[in-house]
Amino acid sequence: MTGMIHDASSMNALLEVTSVSVSFDGFRAINNLSFQIGGHELRAIIGPNGAGKTTFMDIVTGKTRPDSGRVRFGEQSLDLLKLRESDIARAGIGRKFQRPTVFEAQSVFDNLLMALKKDRSPFAVLRHRTGAEDRTRIEEIAAEVGLAEQLHRRSGELSHGQKQWLEIGMLLAQDPKLLLVDEPAAGMTLGEREHTTDLLKAAARTRAVIVVEHDMEFVRRLDCQVTVLHEGSVLAEGSLDHVTANPDVIDVYLGR
Amino acid sequence: MERSFLIRQPSVLVFLGLLALFTIGATVLSDGYGLGLMSTSFVKILGKTLCLCLVAIAMDLVWGYCGILSLGHFAFFGLGGYMIGMWLMWARTKDIVIASMATAELPATAGEIREAIGTQIFGVVGGSRIPAIWAFADSLAIQLILVLLVPGLLALVFGWLAFRSRVTGVYLSILTQAMTLALSLYLFQNDSGLRGNNGLSGLQNIPGLTDLSQSVISIWFLWASALALALGYLGTAWVVSGKFGHVIRAIRDDEARIRFLGYSVEAYKLVVFVLSALIAAVAGALYYPQAGIINPAEVAPIASIYLAVWVAIGGRGRIYGAVIGAALVSLLSSWFTGGQAPDIPLGFYTVRWVDWWQVLLGLGFVLVTLYAPRGIGGMFDRLFRKDVS
Repeated sequence: MTGMIHDASSMNALLEVTSVSVSFDGFRAINNLSFQIGGHELRAIIGPNGAGKTTFMDIVTGKTRPDSGRVRFGEQSLDLLKLRESDIARAGIGRKFQRPTVFEAQSVFDNLLMALKKDRSPFAVLRHRTGAEDRTRIEEIAAEVGLAEQLHRRSGELSHGQKQWLEIGMLLAQDPKLLLVDEPAAGMTLGEREHTTDLLKAAARTRAVIVVEHDMEFVRRLDCQVTVLHEGSVLAEGSLDHVTANPDVIDVYLGR
Repeated sequence: MERSFLIRQPSVLVFLGLLALFTIGATVLSDGYGLGLMSTSFVKILGKTLCLCLVAIAMDLVWGYCGILSLGHFAFFGLGGYMIGMWLMWARTKDIVIASMATAELPATAGEIREAIGTQIFGVVGGSRIPAIWAFADSLAIQLILVLLVPGLLALVFGWLAFRSRVTGVYLSILTQAMTLALSLYLFQNDSGLRGNNGLSGLQNIPGLTDLSQSVISIWFLWASALALALGYLGTAWVVSGKFGHVIRAIRDDEARIRFLGYSVEAYKLVVFVLSALIAAVAGALYYPQAGIINPAEVAPIASIYLAVWVAIGGRGRIYGAVIGAALVSLLSSWFTGGQAPDIPLGFYTVRWVDWWQVLLGLGFVLVTLYAPRGIGGMFDRLFRKDVS
């Protein structure tokens, strides 16, 4: 089963992480990790605390540089390790942080405006005038994430769940090829979780989505392939039922 | 379609209206063009205050909007002043030298004139050799370009080095202090080519306009300063009102996050830093002809710290806040330190405002920081606007 996934995705892998390792003060946060994801795929990454989930995202988005290994992205096989955070973002990788981080002093509309896929150089932005096309696109995205009524509110006034959706909306506005989502369901009510699940599934129809999540119930609802990380490397990969039946995974989660 | 930014920002029109009224009022009361109810020296104080308001706008752009607490902006202000000062001093000295040589039997050669100018200007620092940096001092056009070019280049190189290495927060503030201190120390040296601690003087005398009285020239400079302030205000309001303004505020609030949206934070900071240095340079170039003298003490670190205090008291992140802060504090400062404020005799001790003004200012700064973190401009907001960002 695991082998099949690899065969299928290696044909047209969007992101290819090969033998990556990184240590912080002697602690091996990521240990010879290899990982692949295809162009239109939803994948959940689970693992106990300290398994290296967030560090993995930091490496892919350029926040952390690994000690060794390769990270390739897209059709041209871009070497992400040579790019800065902003270049990686422009190449088509969007990231949602664990804590909702939106620009609280600015309106929902302005947050989405900044995220819209456009020329990001200072002089282009200086000349930018928000046209009808931009407005329509922003309204569409706001409707999609359920914030149509909140467009002109200051985003700091939104509820926790709404901020999470705004951040997902900002990711959609960026129109990335790969979306990295860190614990989207944390602190959400049941209804909010369902909405978030739908958003992520819809997003994965046209792009790759990687969701890092603690909550097994949420992962089950996503109904996708699961990669289990442990001590900085891949412990198991496959459907949720498959990996939860794996004795190693049970060991890690329940303790020896 | 997008509404004009002036309609979305009524405060810009209000400000421009008030500034026009102020300028007309000052002209009507002035000695040069009006009723003579206001002394020429007071007109100069007002004109200089307008320039300080302009440099405060530059500070607000870089600090209030983009979150870069630069404590070195008077370096750009001072360099702008030095660049125009070089032409003012050169051209005036040249006029004087030519006039004094006109009575000689043989007409003076160009070389003799140069030497006489050199002796006149650099005699105080023990020499008559004209330093290479004065090569273009004869040309107003080139010195005007240098007013923008020299501070702009300094900001570009400094900013590029600092932002590229991701120096932020208090570390950047310290670096900017070091920059302005280094410039000040360099200028203090006699062989800096800019007359050491003597600085450049006699700048109030405009070459070619020697027939005009200072009362008229002071009004011209008041108009020029008001025009520059109006343009600076308008330009800054335009820059911060659009998407660019949203991005730099986002950099101020969470620089790591905006990076993951694909914005190159370093490039934006550099653009904002250079732009605000250019505004500061223009303000300086208009200020020093009204002050009459510029010396290295003007770019001492403390000057740039005062600038931050003005903007904090006025309310950063709102352009009118910067203007209010600069105008209020600098006018109060010249009132208290100018000897006009009556001393308070307490019997055992006399409170002299010249000494105690600093204490008052410091206290004011502490109180504003504690009880009105949005400054005086923030109080305005509470009165007139509901949504504040």
